[in-house]
Amino acid sequence: MSKIELTRNPVIKNALKNRYPQLTVFIVMLVGYIFAIFSGLIGTPVGSRNFGIVFVWIAWWAILILVAVPFFGRGWCAVCPIPLPGEWLQRGAVLSPPDKKPKWLNLRWPKFMRNIWLQNISFLLLALFSSVLLTTPNITGIVLAAMLFAAIGLSTIFERRSFCRYLCPVGGFIGLYSQVAPIELRVKDKQTCVTCVGKPCYNGNENGYGCSWDVFPGGLTKNTYCGLCMECIRTCPHDNIAINLRPFSADLAKPSTRIDEAFKAFIMLGSAMIYAGVLLGPWGAFKDAAYHVGTSAWFIYAIIFLAIIFVILPGLFTLGILKSKSIFPLKQRFASLATALIPLGLMFWVAFSLSFVLTNASYILASLSDPLGLGWNLFGTANVAWRPMLMAILAPAQILALVGGLIWSARTAQKAANEIRTSSIPIVTFCFIVTSVMLWLLL
Amino acid sequence: MKRSELISRILIIVAIVGAIGAPLYIWARTSLIHAKVAEDGGWNPDIIHANAGEPLTLHLTSDDVVHGFAVGQMDMQSVDVLPGKVTDLTLTFDKPGIYTFFCTRWCGLNHWRMRGTIEVSGPSSTPEPVSPPLYVSLGLDIDAPHSLPVVPAQKPSAIRGQQFSTNLPISQAADYYRTHSPFQIFDELSNTSLTESQRWDVVAYIWRLNTTKESLANGQKLFAQNCAACHGEKGAGNGVFADKVAGNFGKGMSNTSNGRPVDFTDAKRMLGASPALLQGKILRGGMGTGMPSWGSIFTEEQIWDLIAYLYSFQFEYHQ
Repeated sequence: MSKIELTRNPVIKNALKNRYPQLTVFIVMLVGYIFAIFSGLIGTPVGSRNFGIVFVWIAWWAILILVAVPFFGRGWCAVCPIPLPGEWLQRGAVLSPPDKKPKWLNLRWPKFMRNIWLQNISFLLLALFSSVLLTTPNITGIVLAAMLFAAIGLSTIFERRSFCRYLCPVGGFIGLYSQVAPIELRVKDKQTCVTCVGKPCYNGNENGYGCSWDVFPGGLTKNTYCGLCMECIRTCPHDNIAINLRPFSADLAKPSTRIDEAFKAFIMLGSAMIYAGVLLGPWGAFKDAAYHVGTSAWFIYAIIFLAIIFVILPGLFTLGILKSKSIFPLKQRFASLATALIPLGLMFWVAFSLSFVLTNASYILASLSDPLGLGWNLFGTANVAWRPMLMAILAPAQILALVGGLIWSARTAQKAANEIRTSSIPIVTFCFIVTSVMLWLLL
Repeated sequence: MKRSELISRILIIVAIVGAIGAPLYIWARTSLIHAKVAEDGGWNPDIIHANAGEPLTLHLTSDDVVHGFAVGQMDMQSVDVLPGKVTDLTLTFDKPGIYTFFCTRWCGLNHWRMRGTIEVSGPSSTPEPVSPPLYVSLGLDIDAPHSLPVVPAQKPSAIRGQQFSTNLPISQAADYYRTHSPFQIFDELSNTSLTESQRWDVVAYIWRLNTTKESLANGQKLFAQNCAACHGEKGAGNGVFADKVAGNFGKGMSNTSNGRPVDFTDAKRMLGASPALLQGKILRGGMGTGMPSWGSIFTEEQIWDLIAYLYSFQFEYHQ
C-alpha cells in the first residue's frame, strides 16, 4: 500500500500551517488540564466522582490508548498543553518568532541523557505508585502540576521541548507505539533537505521555530521522536514536509538498535501484565500491597514489579535468542528483535484498558455534571448510577486484541529476524507465552 | 509587539486565570459539610450555627464511605451521605439550644465518635425545668458490679407468670419496675409459696406489663440501628465490631466484660440490672470503653423503649 499525502489537501495543509487552530486547541486543553489539577486538589477526594481522576485516568486514557496512539501516533503530543507555558517563556512569543528572543540559558540537553532512559524511569516511578495515583485525586493533581512546572522549568534551562523529548513519562511510550500508527510526518524529497541552506526546519526562521523536538526532519525514518509540533511545515521554504497516511506499523520494518527503546518495550509489556494481575485480578493481597506505598508489602511489590520488567521478561527473551545463529552481536539482536514486542505491548494495553474503561465509563457522565463534587447537576447526569458498559463485547474484544497483537508481533518478528538474519521462532514463542499469560490474567 | 501576539497572550492569561480562579471561587463559596470516618476527622465542620425558627439548609457529602446524618432528640428521618455526592437537607429548630448530630451508618469502628453540634440561637425563653434522670435521683453507682450468683434454669415466661401473679404482694407500677432489678423482685417473692422458676416467670410478667408491643418494636429498631454493630444482632455481644472494640478498649479493663461489648443474653448480668441502672449506662456511656454516651441522642422515651427491648433477650413475653 502506498502512502497518501494528507497535506496535499489545502484545507488540512492550511489548518496545520496556520498557528491559530493549534493554539486554540492548546488553550482549550490547557484550561482542561489546569481544571483537572484543581479539581484534584480541591474537589471531592472520592476518586470515582472526581473530575481530575475520571477525566485523566478514564476519559483521556481511553482516548489516548484506544484511539490517539494506534491511529494518530504522537497526535496527542501535537495538542498536549504541557509545553505551552514553558515554550512561551522560552520563545518569548506564542505565535511567530519575535524580533528579540528572551535570554534564557538555552542549553543543549546533556549528551549522556539523549536517550529515553529518563522517560523509562519517570514512567516506572508513576507505575509503582499507580494504585494511589489512579485513585487519589490530590495525588493526581500534584503529579499533573509537577509535570507542568517541570516542563516550564526545563524550558528556561534547556533548549526546545526537553521535558517532552526526554522526561515526560507518557511521551516515552507514545513515541514507542507511534511507530505502528498509520500516520507520519516525513519530508517529500530527501535531496531537497540535503541541499537546503540553513536548515530552517531545525534552526527556525521568521515563519516558525526550529524543531521543538530536536529532530532534523530530513533524517526522519520513524515516528518515535517527532512530536508533530508542525513547526517544520511552517518553516520549510521548499514546501517539502508532508503528513502521510501509510500502512500500520510501517516504522517497524527497520528495527531499532537502541537498548533504551528495547527496554521501553519490555517496561510497557510487563506493566500491562502486572496491572492486569494487580488492578483487575482477584488477588486482594496484591492490591493491598500496591496501594499501601511505603509498607514492606509495597516494597516487595515494587521489587517484583521491577524484577518482572528488568530481569524475568528480558531474561527469558535473551535465553530464547542466546543460541540462535546470527552474525550480529547479542546486544543488537536483543534490541532489534524487541521491536516485535511493540505491537504486542500496544495490544496488551488496549486489552487491559478496555476492561477498566468500559467498566468505569459511566463515571464520566456523573463527573461531567458535577466536576467539583459540589452537588451540581449541569447536564442532568450527576446521578447516573455506576454501570459497566458493553460487557458483552469486552471479552471478545480483548481476545481479538491479544490474538491480533500476537499475529501482528509474529509478523514483525519475522521481518526483524530477516533483517539480522536469524530465526524468529524464539521470539514468536516468547510472544505466544506472554500472550497466553495475559489472556489468563484478563479472562 | 504585534496585535495578534498581544491578543493571543491575553487569551492565554485569561484562560489560565479562569481555569484557576473559577473552581477556587466556586469552591470557596460552597459550604459543604464533609463526613469522614472518625479516625480521619469525622464531621467537618463539627459545629454548625443556626437560628431558632429559621430553616437551616445543610449540604452534606462524604469523603470516604457511606455515612448517615440525623439530629439527636429530634423527630426526623436520617439521611444517607454518599461518597462524592451531595445530600441537601433543610431543618428548622423551634427552640434555641445545643443539638447533637451524629452518623447513623456503621461506617467504622469509631462510628459512634462521628458527632457534632448545632448551636441554635434565638430569643431566650424561660428554661424548662429538667428533672435529673432516674439513676441520678436514686443515687445508683452504675459502674458497680451487679452480677447474680444464680440464674433461672429456663427462660422466664410472662405467659406462665401471669397465672401465678394473682394476689401477690407486688406493685405493677412503672416506678417499681424501673427501680428494681429482676433479681430484686425475684428475691421479694421469696416469702411466697412459688417455686424459683415460678417466681422468675412472675418477674417476666411484671416486665411485660411495663412495656407495649410498640415500645418493643421501637426498641428493636433503635437497637438494630445503633447498638447491634457492637452488641450483635441477637444481643450476644458479638457484633461486627465486637472484636475490634475488645482489642481497642480491652487492655487493662477491670470490669467483667474485659472491654468486649456487653452480652445481653447473659442472665447473670442482665437480671441483676434495674431499668434505672441500664438507663444510666445508656445515657452516660461506658467510661473508658467503646460504649458511647447516648444522652444527647435518644429521648427519654426512646431509652425506656430500648431498655424494654434489652430485657426481651431474657424474658419470653409472648407465645
